[in-house]
Amino acid sequence: MRFEAPSTVEAAVSLLAAESGMARVLAGGTDLLVQMKSGMSEPDLVVDIKRIEALHEITEEDGGYRIGAAVPGICLGEHEGVKTAWPGVVEGTELIGSTQIQGRATMVGNLCNCSPAADSVPAMAAAGAVARVTGPDGTRDVPVEQIAAGPGKSNLAKGEMVESVFLPARPAHASDAYLRFIPRTEMDIAVVGCGVNLVFDQDGLCIEARVALGAVAARVFIVPDAAEALVGTQVDDAALDALAAACSAAATPIDDKRGTVEFRKKVAGVLARRAATIARDRAKGSA
Amino acid sequence: MSQIHVQTTINGDETEFLCDAEETLLDALRDKLGLTGAKEGCGTGDCGACSVTVDGRLVCSCLVLGAEAQGREITTIEGMANGDELHPLQQKFLDHAALQCGICTPGFLVAAKALLDHTPDPTETEVRYWLAGNLCRCTGYDKIIRAVMDTAAEMRGA
Amino acid sequence: MLDKTADNGEFKYVGTRPQRPDGLDKVTGRARFGADMVMPGMLVGKVLRSPHAHAKIKSIDTSAAEALKGVKAVITADDFTIDVPEAEYDTMVNCIAHGKVLYDGHGVAAVAATSQAIANKALKLIKVDYEVLPHVTDVEEACKDDAPLLHDNIFTEGLDEAPTTPSNISGRVQFGHGDVEKGFADADTIVERKFRTEATHQGYIEPHACVGNLSADGTGELWCCTQGHFMVRNSCAAILGIDISRLRVTASEIGGGFGGKTTIFIEPIALALSRKAGRPVKVVMTRDEVFRATGPTSSASMWIKIGAKSDGTITAMEGLLKYQGGAFKGTWVSLGCMTAFACYRADHMKTVGYDVLVNRPRAAAYRAPGAPMAAFAVESVVTELAEKLGIDPLEFRLQNAAKEGDQSSYGPKHRAHGLIETLETAKAHAHYDVPLGPNQGRGIACGFWFNFGGETSTSLNIGADGTVNISVGTVDVGGSRASMCLMVAEELGVPYEKVRCVVADTSSLGHNDTTDGSRTTFASGMALILSARDAKQKLCARAAKIWEIPEEAVEWVDGHARPAGPNAGEFDPMSLAEIAGKAETTGGPIAGHHEYNARGAGVSFATHMVDTEVDPDTGRVTVLRYTVIQDAGKAVHPAYVEGQFQGGAVQGIGWAINEEYIYGEDGRLQNPGFLDYRIPVASDLPMIDTVIIENPNKGHPYGVRGVGETSIVPPMAAIANSVSAAVGVRLTELPMSPPRVLKAMDDAKA
Repeated sequence: MRFEAPSTVEAAVSLLAAESGMARVLAGGTDLLVQMKSGMSEPDLVVDIKRIEALHEITEEDGGYRIGAAVPGICLGEHEGVKTAWPGVVEGTELIGSTQIQGRATMVGNLCNCSPAADSVPAMAAAGAVARVTGPDGTRDVPVEQIAAGPGKSNLAKGEMVESVFLPARPAHASDAYLRFIPRTEMDIAVVGCGVNLVFDQDGLCIEARVALGAVAARVFIVPDAAEALVGTQVDDAALDALAAACSAAATPIDDKRGTVEFRKKVAGVLARRAATIARDRAKGSA
Repeated sequence: MSQIHVQTTINGDETEFLCDAEETLLDALRDKLGLTGAKEGCGTGDCGACSVTVDGRLVCSCLVLGAEAQGREITTIEGMANGDELHPLQQKFLDHAALQCGICTPGFLVAAKALLDHTPDPTETEVRYWLAGNLCRCTGYDKIIRAVMDTAAEMRGA
Repeated sequence: MLDKTADNGEFKYVGTRPQRPDGLDKVTGRARFGADMVMPGMLVGKVLRSPHAHAKIKSIDTSAAEALKGVKAVITADDFTIDVPEAEYDTMVNCIAHGKVLYDGHGVAAVAATSQAIANKALKLIKVDYEVLPHVTDVEEACKDDAPLLHDNIFTEGLDEAPTTPSNISGRVQFGHGDVEKGFADADTIVERKFRTEATHQGYIEPHACVGNLSADGTGELWCCTQGHFMVRNSCAAILGIDISRLRVTASEIGGGFGGKTTIFIEPIALALSRKAGRPVKVVMTRDEVFRATGPTSSASMWIKIGAKSDGTITAMEGLLKYQGGAFKGTWVSLGCMTAFACYRADHMKTVGYDVLVNRPRAAAYRAPGAPMAAFAVESVVTELAEKLGIDPLEFRLQNAAKEGDQSSYGPKHRAHGLIETLETAKAHAHYDVPLGPNQGRGIACGFWFNFGGETSTSLNIGADGTVNISVGTVDVGGSRASMCLMVAEELGVPYEKVRCVVADTSSLGHNDTTDGSRTTFASGMALILSARDAKQKLCARAAKIWEIPEEAVEWVDGHARPAGPNAGEFDPMSLAEIAGKAETTGGPIAGHHEYNARGAGVSFATHMVDTEVDPDTGRVTVLRYTVIQDAGKAVHPAYVEGQFQGGAVQGIGWAINEEYIYGEDGRLQNPGFLDYRIPVASDLPMIDTVIIENPNKGHPYGVRGVGETSIVPPMAAIANSVSAAVGVRLTELPMSPPRVLKAMDDAKA
């Protein structure tokens, strides 16, 4: 295996594109090193992108925020602007692993690992976040929910890497929330995850909603029926019941060591309801 | 494949070592530099026994490549006491019997120091969540949490 | 034996909380654990493990691995061909498969190479031709007539009629007294239920590690993390065919054991590799190997029936316990049967147990092995029966608690113990009166463990400056060296700081049984007290010599020799340091020692009380409050006694709520890591309150009882009682993980 630590995105992309064997990007390394240790991944080249200064930045752009691929969770959590605008995205990212993991793991890495249970991804998807993908053929912007092709598989082409994620501007009377279910209080992989992003009008009527679920299908996905259940309502109990039912219906989980189909379907609804309540209260300034 | 030459600072000392590209910082510390205070309990970032700081950030050294240490500032448990003077956390761990077997202790101390550097007045809940990535199988955490809280109080002069 | 109590002689050191002797090394990273040892010229050893639950090994081709540059030795079962005593045979076959792999993770071959990377590469070059066989991992499935058979030479023992066909049931055991049928006929109310528990792992944070160095002439040394280095020596010597006197084993600091390090896994492998390579070999397990190939405890299927009169008197208790012990015979179900009803007095008791073999790793001891699952079942039924009778579960336990002189469930009559005090203390504890909110419940449960004595050898040497070195052969897992120093300081009347304790290697002391059965503070402690008394006699003799008076005329008081009475003569008391300083001229070094098979271990009972809250929508259980009340006999170092109470309780919380071995259809372990084998983390827990009861053990000079194990016995039952109260449904399976609790709640609603 070769280890490279280039100082520009261009150099990183060249290295990735030129490698004839398996090349992997190293950001926080909290997934990659585990995969290497278990023999699940045996790269010929590892490209550490943390020497690329630009990728450590969180910058304001069009009223939103662009978050570099090398920004670890702990830095995102220390950024007041992002925390205020997108509390759900920040809490999703902060739920990834322990304090030690937070010192390393990045939101972009979480996205590119393509786990259906990735904690930051449902929140990002609900936020309408867009990943900036750079490769040998240039740069393109891709909605985050389209990065993963399936568990552990991405839609990125050879030589491509995600250099940043853009979180759009936050409208007035709007907020988001992310909740996951885990058996312990920390250190577990989500059994179900749910991100909810809501926009209200001045009268408290929900005018826009995006709901994304994690760990209940092969990929994180948006649930249009869930959004429909909320739009045009005050996000009251009846709307929340409809939301929960839509999420439970949309979930197509598997039985595995982390949970049963029955449990995950039910809890998808429970979490959606709870996350939507938090997002609503935040948007209405009561939380 | 030749090895990578890494120049880094460990516990304030300029240090260099050779490592394979796949080699973790933990392996480099333990096998190349004789710094065996950091322990490998899992190798997957789930137990925190290998906790160190890199440029002031708390990390699991089993999830850092040795090559990544180039030019960084690393601190380990071996750098915690000042000569023969223990850090207050080390003393409080002894006073409170906050260790039984002691294998997790270096990781807890490094992590707890990072907490107190960051949050001098943590609540019990903050201490518990900050240390959730450090597994202890002996103590049930009770005396560890008390030792950290007591250290924080003492260091604040309370 | 009991001759010093708080009443008759104030303890000066015992009962205080000084800093532990090994503490400084452990907070500075200097303490050397298993994997921290380096020997010159050392190679890295790695074990190839089976990916199959059950398969015949048709052939192993190691030629490509042997040809790899940097590989210095490759071994298989063919390197272990000597006649091994029956007692060690299963241990050897568990370390390295002979002809058949019996579980996912079973060792098949091993290599020693100049680096970890080369060793790993070499493992991939070993070609094993397997014939995969049908497997069974479930205890009930394994009992069926058509179950895949693990061994064709195991016939169920303990049946009235010897069976003619082999079975996965290795034995049947029965314990009890009276006639349960008669007892149940006398009962007004009877509760019976079935229970299941999954296997759990001891979960010590330090993986097994050792460095072995064995010469071709059979002389060697071994450094390893173990609970019993004498056991390691004897087992390795037997398996490798060498004299035990030629193998010196040094116990490293040990990063937790909880019973899981009371046997060997990699030690004979390291030694065999070393012998073949002619160099020291270090073997360190990965966490994946620890989960797949070591530990775990038994999983169990149980049925419990208890009857009582309407006044609350228990008339009969009966149980059927089936424990799987992994791929080899185990004794754990016997311990489950013996302990199941140990907290109670009843004229009619019967437990029947079956030891069942399955395609899982060989079960190892885990803290009060066999008892916690039985207690989960029994204590659940006890609470349910009390509720049916309309009696408070705590009062019901008080009414039926076993007392001194009662016939015990496991044979002998009970001696004095503190069970009643633990219950009375629980009743008076502030926790018992804390009001509960919605979705919350309170549970209590009692627990018992025998404790053990065993073979023990200690020595005590007095230095010229009057300081004292003590050597024990029992590994210090949780601070026992501090307790040893306290007891010797007490006995000699010298300050705690003047006494230093080491865990000596196997060539330096007589045989010592392993640190298990909560025996160390009891047995090594008593041996040291007797060693100190031996030394005191010699110290008095030296003083007599100096004073030129008869030895009988000198007594030892408060760290000094002094004339025993007015007729002995007028001499100023002479301190230990003064006598030691003159040792050279009075007869040479002064030492004491003691060797024995310790008897008189005192049982320890506990009562636990817990409050939980259950999320009604997800079934998630949160522990709100937890109190441990346990009889320690005499707490030598109370902080470490509390630590044992807290640690055992939290392991029990893990077992109750989230920990379990999960096997796939393919018979492979699905969760061999700390990510999905979920031991409690700091944020899962409240503080664990403790109350130490001191009902002295009459079999120990200071009244000490073992304390390490009882604390894991009541938690699962206490939590089950609490959760059942919170949700209104009786939970009968462990772990009470969210999917299981939610399903139980939903099923009850349906």
